[in-house]
Amino acid sequence: MAERTDHGEAPDYGEAEVIARLQAGDAAAYAELVRTQGPRMLAVARRLLRNDDDASDAVQEAFISAFRAIGNFEGGAKLSTWLHRIVVNASLMRLRNRTRRPEVSIEELLPKFEDGQHIDEPREWKSPEQLDALERRETREQVRSLIDRLPVDYRTVLLLRDIEGLDTKETAELLGVTPNAAKIRLHRARLALRSLLDPHMHSRGAT
Amino acid sequence: MNCRECTDFLHDYLGGELPETQRRIFEGHIELCPPCLTYLESYRKTVALGALVKEEPAEPLPEALVQAILAAKSG
Repeated sequence: MAERTDHGEAPDYGEAEVIARLQAGDAAAYAELVRTQGPRMLAVARRLLRNDDDASDAVQEAFISAFRAIGNFEGGAKLSTWLHRIVVNASLMRLRNRTRRPEVSIEELLPKFEDGQHIDEPREWKSPEQLDALERRETREQVRSLIDRLPVDYRTVLLLRDIEGLDTKETAELLGVTPNAAKIRLHRARLALRSLLDPHMHSRGAT
Repeated sequence: MNCRECTDFLHDYLGGELPETQRRIFEGHIELCPPCLTYLESYRKTVALGALVKEEPAEPLPEALVQAILAAKSG
């Protein structure tokens, strides 16, 4: 019997067989892979690129890269994890090639201090665990749109670490920065997102 | 430690990466500073709320995209 992964994902029963079929060039296995893994990969690309056409292109590029490399895939990682990394990489490549648009300065979104003390008294927030299903869905949309307001470098690091679940080392490598720089950037991104969420999440304001 | 320095340590504190001495100083400040405790909680909730985004239901891949990918593979 196949074991459950640490992340509680579906058991990868039959994954070795799928890989063998892909490596043998089985067309049906390729179609199945695209249909089963594609939706999640498209969601990842959309989050990073915020543009459906770019996201579709990134997914297409990712699959083409994956098809080229499948012969060397040794099963050290789950197929889904491997494809996730490939689509993240393809999306980041497209992000890098984009012309930068003017964006809000991160400094404006960071907490303000005077003589080392908070200028604005922090307010209590509603707990995410207290949200019912509808509030959860609404909050998810709100969080997503607020993440989109972060400057791109900060948005990207936050998506990679806190949403896509990459570790600091992997994130730093993908972004071409040191692990320490990735940590500092993530921290500032979280502080900025916290500022953006504050009007929506403090106990009296939350609905 | 003041509130600004306390804020600087939030990432490492929540990640369990603060060295023992700094962790004690940080926790000593938090214990005596309600605003920083409130801020810490909202920072923690920010990370938890970010994770909600991952719950977005994935939509099926548009058929045209599926066909484009498979055609590129054959081509």
